Amino acid sequence: MVVDNLMQWFESWTLWEAGSPLLFLIVVVIAGVPIFLLMAVNALVAVYAELKISAFMQDRVGPMGQGPGLHAGKWGLLQTVADALKLLLKEDIIPTLADRKLFIIAPFIIFVTPFIALAALPFNQDLLIADLNIGVFYILAVGSIGVIGIIMAGWSSNNKWSLYGAMRSAAQIISYEIPVALSIVSVIMLTGTLSMQGIISYQNGTTLGILPNWILFNNPFSFIAFFIFFISGVAEVNRTPFDIPEAESELVAGFHTEYSGMRWAFFFLSEYANMLIISGVAAVAFLGGWHSPIPGFMESSGWSLFWFISKVGVLIFIMMWFRWTFPRLRVDQLMNICWKVLLPLALLNIFGVGIWTLLIG
Amino acid sequence: MGIVHGDEMVLNIGPQHPSTHGVLRLKVLTDGEIVSKITPYIGYLHRCFEKHCENLTYEQVIPFTDRCDYISSMNNNFGYVVTVEELMDIHVSKKVEYIRVIMAELNRIASHLLALGTFGMDVGAFTPFLYMFRDRESILDLFEMTCGARLLYNYMWIGGLSHDLPVGFVEKTYEFLDYFEPKIKENDDLLMYNKIFIERTADVGVLPPEVAVSYGVTGPNLRGSGVQWDLRKDEQYSIYDRFDFEIPVGTGQMGTVGDCWDRYWVRTQEMKESIGIVRQALKQLPTEGDVQELVPKKIRPPKGSIYKRTESPRGDLGFYIISDGKPIPVRVKLRSPAFTALSALSAIAEGWMISDVIAILGSLDIVLGEIDR
Repeated sequence: MVVDNLMQWFESWTLWEAGSPLLFLIVVVIAGVPIFLLMAVNALVAVYAELKISAFMQDRVGPMGQGPGLHAGKWGLLQTVADALKLLLKEDIIPTLADRKLFIIAPFIIFVTPFIALAALPFNQDLLIADLNIGVFYILAVGSIGVIGIIMAGWSSNNKWSLYGAMRSAAQIISYEIPVALSIVSVIMLTGTLSMQGIISYQNGTTLGILPNWILFNNPFSFIAFFIFFISGVAEVNRTPFDIPEAESELVAGFHTEYSGMRWAFFFLSEYANMLIISGVAAVAFLGGWHSPIPGFMESSGWSLFWFISKVGVLIFIMMWFRWTFPRLRVDQLMNICWKVLLPLALLNIFGVGIWTLLIG
Repeated sequence: MGIVHGDEMVLNIGPQHPSTHGVLRLKVLTDGEIVSKITPYIGYLHRCFEKHCENLTYEQVIPFTDRCDYISSMNNNFGYVVTVEELMDIHVSKKVEYIRVIMAELNRIASHLLALGTFGMDVGAFTPFLYMFRDRESILDLFEMTCGARLLYNYMWIGGLSHDLPVGFVEKTYEFLDYFEPKIKENDDLLMYNKIFIERTADVGVLPPEVAVSYGVTGPNLRGSGVQWDLRKDEQYSIYDRFDFEIPVGTGQMGTVGDCWDRYWVRTQEMKESIGIVRQALKQLPTEGDVQELVPKKIRPPKGSIYKRTESPRGDLGFYIISDGKPIPVRVKLRSPAFTALSALSAIAEGWMISDVIAILGSLDIVLGEIDR
């Protein structure tokens, strides 16, 4: 929407011809700025949330910003700002024997994945960078690009630990994309459309009287599909219990061991942006997107934004909750769960959704 | 190491590593993720403890014993002091004995809390570590109240103790025990019975009882393999015969007998037993008497040698002391239980994946200070 609106605005105010490629390029670049800001703000908020949530779960308080001297702000609110500043000012270390070109390019490729996926995530009836008619398909597809960046990072670091982490991560991400896609297929079967706004508008109104007409409540099979999607999503983002690639107690820091300063910040930013995307897609596909949970109530534009952000926030909180509760799965157990448990379950699910819809829906 | 074949990789774990429990270097030969050979390299923490002992008087050795196994200093003190007292034929008063048992058992709880917490952290569960350390802090507060130190106490002296129990210690200890007992169940539910933890540790790193005995592994590692051997019951020292407690033995509840889960379980059960012992000791504690009345002015053991072992949280802690009548020992040797546990690592960890090696190392509960001395 933003892209379309910007293009129309440009055409009405200047004498540019409609559909000119140069105009498209300029509009796209301008539209990229809010995405970047969104990623930065998301990282700021998510990191602060992680610090505080982990602290309270572990019976501590986290950064509090008390005492004289350099301050982390009241309740530690300036902690992430201080972290960002520190990362910007850090020395840029590239190991001597590292493959320089790949080492430098890898963080950018990893950063690109959530960046372009965020373009298709609808925050609101209007706040959507590009209303693609293949929205969901597009987001799932670009999710695979990150794997290349991870392998490049692991290989170019010239470090056995990074290599281990990168190999594990590549295997994990590629494997878990399949249950993710299959659980979305059941959603697509119900809604009949790949467009994000289309899926959301399918979930309008109520079902069974009082429940909102979310796909989560549509069907017992789509209920299961949500959990398959969420678990596979957590594995996609490399979060505990699937954080073998960055297993701190085993591989120091996995594929980003050798990165420091701003390069490492890119990995960090992308991890939290990936969490945002998985939660966003889960919210859109299963939890009704920007619809209010009480149908017909508080449905205005501003409230829709609030509902979407709260749903995404709850899912991100649950991801963090997982991280600080569960131990880590071993690599082969992880792959076991994907191929022997989630994949057959997702396939059966598709069957189930289809048969249910045929017989009852 | 010899020739490295084409598809094998030599991986170095440590000496600086988040989960080697100290400065330990493991040279691991891997084929993909499976480990084919492990060689531990120790000595990074060697501080010439036994050489020092040849130049110190008997009572000056006691702070040095603290620093060997720095996590269970009370038990180290206990072992050394009991050995020298037997050499000198000193019988300490009952009050001193009871206080020693209380301190040793409290330290056993603290040591197991640390072992379990760091084991959980190695497997990826960060929260139980903090919960267990929070509980450990209460024990360290009790120790600080008594002798002023949180970790290295120099508390048990030859013939007595350095300080008497302060006013309010007994009440505070009861308070702690009442607070702590339900916490064990809380930590169990969080970690021990968690399906993911069971997947990571059950059937992993099985130490068969024959292998354990042949390597000389003792303590919770041996008991996890099903062998019932505890020095507090089998070679009675001090006044442990006055207490009623069980020896928990691994039974392969979640997998095979002697896997990592069993060793974890044995340590948890031992904490419960220690709580029972401390309660009994507090009830029977005599209040009259001076803890330093039998401390000799000059410690000159008669000529001879003695080897005595006590049950530290890691196993059989043995002291071999040779004396020739002077106030300075000729030789003090510490038999470290963690050393034998680490030597058994290659027997149990080969053929597993790297993540399992980390888990197995965590379950053996080694302390490099004791291994290297």
